Amino acid sequence: MIELIKGGLILVGAIFMFLAALGLVRMPDLLTRMHATTKAATLGATLIMLAVALHFGEVAVVARAFGVILFIMMTAPVAAHVIGRAGYFVGSRLWSGTVKDELRPNYDPLTHELKSGLETQENAKRHPRDTDPD
Amino acid sequence: MSTVILLSLALMCLALCLSFVRLFKGPSLPDRVVALELFSSILVGTIGLIAIATDVASLLDVAIVMALMAFMAAIGFARFLERGGARDD
Repeated sequence: MIELIKGGLILVGAIFMFLAALGLVRMPDLLTRMHATTKAATLGATLIMLAVALHFGEVAVVARAFGVILFIMMTAPVAAHVIGRAGYFVGSRLWSGTVKDELRPNYDPLTHELKSGLETQENAKRHPRDTDPD
Repeated sequence: MSTVILLSLALMCLALCLSFVRLFKGPSLPDRVVALELFSSILVGTIGLIAIATDVASLLDVAIVMALMAFMAAIGFARFLERGGARDD
Protein backbone atom coordinates (compact mmCIF):
# COMPACT_ATOMS: atom_id res chain seq x y z
CA MET A 1 0.00 0.00 0.00
CA ILE A 2 2.71 2.42 1.00
CA GLU A 3 4.62 1.41 -2.12
CA LEU A 4 1.61 2.32 -4.23
CA ILE A 5 1.11 5.72 -2.59
CA LYS A 6 4.83 6.40 -2.85
CA GLY A 7 4.90 5.55 -6.54
CA GLY A 8 1.87 7.73 -7.20
CA LEU A 9 3.39 10.69 -5.33
CA ILE A 10 6.68 10.37 -7.21
CA LEU A 11 5.00 10.09 -10.59
CA VAL A 12 2.61 12.99 -10.01
CA GLY A 13 5.44 15.15 -8.71
CA ALA A 14 7.57 14.43 -11.76
CA ILE A 15 4.63 15.16 -14.05
CA PHE A 16 4.05 18.51 -12.33
CA MET A 17 7.71 19.42 -12.77
CA PHE A 18 7.53 18.48 -16.44
CA LEU A 19 4.43 20.66 -16.84
CA ALA A 20 6.27 23.55 -15.18
CA ALA A 21 9.11 23.23 -17.68
CA LEU A 22 6.63 22.97 -20.55
CA GLY A 23 4.93 26.15 -19.35
CA LEU A 24 8.29 27.88 -19.09
CA VAL A 25 8.97 27.14 -22.74
CA ARG A 26 5.48 27.71 -24.14
CA MET A 27 4.19 30.77 -22.25
CA PRO A 28 4.47 34.15 -24.00
CA ASP A 29 5.96 36.55 -21.43
CA LEU A 30 7.81 36.77 -18.13
CA LEU A 31 4.84 36.96 -15.77
CA THR A 32 2.93 34.09 -17.35
CA ARG A 33 6.10 32.00 -17.35
CA MET A 34 6.56 32.65 -13.65
CA HIS A 35 2.91 31.81 -13.09
CA ALA A 36 3.52 28.43 -14.72
CA THR A 37 6.81 27.54 -13.05
CA THR A 38 6.53 28.76 -9.47
CA LYS A 39 3.39 26.92 -8.46
CA ALA A 40 3.88 23.71 -10.43
CA ALA A 41 7.53 23.27 -9.46
CA THR A 42 6.75 23.94 -5.80
CA LEU A 43 4.00 21.34 -5.84
CA GLY A 44 6.23 18.84 -7.63
CA ALA A 45 9.07 19.19 -5.14
CA THR A 46 6.57 18.97 -2.26
CA LEU A 47 5.06 15.73 -3.55
CA ILE A 48 8.47 14.13 -4.07
CA MET A 49 9.58 15.13 -0.59
CA LEU A 50 6.38 13.58 0.80
CA ALA A 51 7.35 10.38 -1.02
CA VAL A 52 10.81 10.56 0.57
CA ALA A 53 9.22 10.91 4.00
CA LEU A 54 7.01 7.89 3.32
CA HIS A 55 9.91 5.83 2.02
CA PHE A 56 12.24 6.25 4.97
CA GLY A 57 9.71 6.56 7.76
CA GLU A 58 12.23 7.59 10.43
CA VAL A 59 11.71 10.63 12.58
CA ALA A 60 14.94 12.35 11.58
CA VAL A 61 14.35 11.91 7.85
CA VAL A 62 10.67 12.84 8.01
CA ALA A 63 11.54 15.99 9.93
CA ARG A 64 14.13 16.95 7.34
CA ALA A 65 11.76 16.23 4.46
CA PHE A 66 9.09 18.41 6.04
CA GLY A 67 11.76 21.04 6.64
CA VAL A 68 12.49 21.06 2.91
CA ILE A 69 8.76 21.31 2.12
CA LEU A 70 8.27 24.18 4.56
CA PHE A 71 11.32 26.01 3.25
CA ILE A 72 10.25 25.66 -0.39
CA MET A 73 6.70 26.72 0.41
CA MET A 74 7.96 29.79 2.24
CA THR A 75 10.67 30.94 -0.16
CA ALA A 76 9.13 30.22 -3.58
CA PRO A 77 6.48 32.99 -3.39
CA VAL A 78 9.00 35.49 -2.03
CA ALA A 79 11.51 34.73 -4.78
CA ALA A 80 8.80 34.88 -7.45
CA HIS A 81 7.56 38.21 -6.13
CA VAL A 82 11.04 39.70 -6.07
CA ILE A 83 11.89 38.49 -9.58
CA GLY A 84 8.56 39.63 -10.99
CA ARG A 85 9.00 43.05 -9.44
CA ALA A 86 12.53 43.39 -10.79
CA GLY A 87 11.38 42.17 -14.21
CA TYR A 88 8.62 44.75 -14.32
CA PHE A 89 10.95 47.54 -13.28
CA VAL A 90 13.61 46.74 -15.87
CA GLY A 91 10.88 46.89 -18.48
CA SER A 92 10.34 43.34 -19.65
CA ARG A 93 7.59 43.46 -22.24
CA LEU A 94 4.15 42.12 -21.47
CA TRP A 95 2.26 39.80 -23.79
CA SER A 96 0.29 41.59 -26.52
CA GLY A 97 -2.90 39.95 -25.23
CA THR A 98 -2.52 41.41 -21.73
CA VAL A 99 -5.88 42.84 -20.70
CA LYS A 100 -4.94 45.09 -17.81
CA ASP A 101 -1.82 46.71 -16.43
CA GLU A 102 -2.94 48.95 -13.60
CA LEU A 103 0.59 49.92 -12.59
CA ARG A 104 1.51 51.53 -15.92
CA PRO A 105 -0.55 54.76 -15.78
CA ASN A 106 0.15 55.33 -12.07
CA TYR A 107 3.80 54.49 -11.72
CA ASP A 108 6.85 56.51 -12.67
CA PRO A 109 9.80 54.17 -13.26
CA LEU A 110 12.38 56.96 -13.06
CA THR A 111 11.43 58.32 -9.64
CA HIS A 112 9.84 55.09 -8.31
CA GLU A 113 6.76 57.11 -7.36
CA LEU A 114 3.34 55.50 -7.24
CA LYS A 115 0.25 57.67 -7.61
CA SER A 116 -2.98 56.68 -5.95
CA GLY A 117 -5.15 58.28 -8.62
CA LEU A 118 -6.71 60.61 -5.98
CA GLU A 119 -4.24 63.50 -6.21
CA THR A 120 -6.44 66.62 -6.02
CA GLN A 121 -5.99 69.93 -4.19
CA GLU A 122 -8.73 68.86 -1.81
CA ASN A 123 -7.01 65.60 -0.92
CA ALA A 124 -3.62 67.26 -0.50
CA LYS A 125 -4.87 69.15 2.58
CA ARG A 126 -4.87 67.45 5.93
CA HIS A 127 -8.21 67.26 7.63
CA PRO A 128 -8.09 67.26 11.45
CA ARG A 129 -9.70 64.25 13.09
CA ASP A 130 -11.29 63.74 16.47
CA THR A 131 -8.61 61.26 17.47
CA ASP A 132 -5.75 63.73 16.95
CA PRO A 133 -3.76 64.54 20.09
CA ASP A 134 -3.95 68.24 21.04
CA MET B 1 9.02 0.69 -7.98
CA SER B 2 12.25 1.02 -9.93
CA THR B 3 10.33 1.52 -13.18
CA VAL B 4 8.38 4.38 -11.57
CA ILE B 5 11.62 5.98 -10.42
CA LEU B 6 13.18 5.53 -13.85
CA LEU B 7 10.14 7.03 -15.55
CA SER B 8 10.11 9.98 -13.17
CA LEU B 9 13.83 10.56 -13.65
CA ALA B 10 13.29 10.55 -17.41
CA LEU B 11 10.45 13.06 -17.09
CA MET B 12 12.54 15.35 -14.92
CA CYS B 13 15.47 15.03 -17.29
CA LEU B 14 13.15 16.16 -20.07
CA ALA B 15 12.00 19.04 -17.85
CA LEU B 16 15.62 20.06 -17.31
CA CYS B 17 16.19 20.05 -21.06
CA LEU B 18 13.08 22.18 -21.65
CA SER B 19 14.10 24.74 -19.05
CA PHE B 20 17.57 24.78 -20.58
CA VAL B 21 15.91 25.78 -23.85
CA ARG B 22 14.40 28.77 -22.05
CA LEU B 23 17.71 29.55 -20.37
CA PHE B 24 19.38 29.55 -23.78
CA LYS B 25 16.72 31.48 -25.71
CA GLY B 26 15.26 33.63 -22.93
CA PRO B 27 14.76 37.08 -24.44
CA SER B 28 15.63 38.92 -21.23
CA LEU B 29 17.66 38.35 -18.09
CA PRO B 30 14.62 37.89 -15.78
CA ASP B 31 13.44 35.03 -18.00
CA ARG B 32 16.79 33.34 -17.52
CA VAL B 33 16.60 33.83 -13.75
CA VAL B 34 13.18 32.14 -13.75
CA ALA B 35 14.66 29.25 -15.73
CA LEU B 36 17.50 28.94 -13.21
CA GLU B 37 15.02 28.84 -10.38
CA LEU B 38 13.08 26.06 -12.08
CA PHE B 39 16.41 24.24 -12.51
CA SER B 40 16.97 24.26 -8.78
CA SER B 41 13.42 23.09 -8.01
CA ILE B 42 13.82 20.18 -10.41
CA LEU B 43 17.21 19.40 -8.87
CA VAL B 44 15.66 19.25 -5.39
CA GLY B 45 13.15 16.74 -6.74
CA THR B 46 15.86 14.74 -8.47
CA ILE B 47 17.96 14.58 -5.32
CA GLY B 48 14.90 13.32 -3.43
CA LEU B 49 14.34 10.64 -6.05
CA ILE B 50 17.96 9.53 -5.90
CA ALA B 51 17.73 9.42 -2.11
CA ILE B 52 14.79 7.03 -2.49
CA ALA B 53 16.50 4.94 -5.17
CA THR B 54 19.77 4.52 -3.28
CA ASP B 55 18.36 4.46 0.28
CA VAL B 56 20.77 7.19 1.39
CA ALA B 57 18.89 9.49 3.75
CA SER B 58 21.70 12.01 4.14
CA LEU B 59 21.16 13.17 0.54
CA LEU B 60 18.28 15.21 1.95
CA ASP B 61 20.81 17.64 3.41
CA VAL B 62 22.00 18.29 -0.13
CA ALA B 63 18.40 19.05 -1.14
CA ILE B 64 18.07 21.53 1.74
CA VAL B 65 21.27 23.32 0.72
CA MET B 66 20.13 23.34 -2.91
CA ALA B 67 16.83 25.02 -2.03
CA LEU B 68 18.65 27.57 0.14
CA MET B 69 21.15 28.41 -2.59
CA ALA B 70 18.36 28.86 -5.15
CA PHE B 71 16.54 31.32 -2.91
CA MET B 72 19.71 33.32 -2.26
CA ALA B 73 20.52 33.37 -5.99
CA ALA B 74 17.04 34.60 -6.89
CA ILE B 75 17.21 37.41 -4.32
CA GLY B 76 20.70 38.35 -5.46
CA PHE B 77 19.72 38.46 -9.13
CA ALA B 78 16.66 40.55 -8.34
CA ARG B 79 18.73 43.06 -6.36
CA PHE B 80 21.23 43.20 -9.20
CA LEU B 81 18.46 43.88 -11.71
CA GLU B 82 16.79 46.55 -9.62
CA ARG B 83 20.04 48.37 -8.98
CA GLY B 84 20.48 48.56 -12.75
CA GLY B 85 23.51 46.33 -13.17
CA ALA B 86 25.17 45.73 -16.50
CA ARG B 87 23.05 43.56 -18.79
CA ASP B 88 23.72 41.84 -22.03
CA ASP B 89 20.43 40.46 -23.34
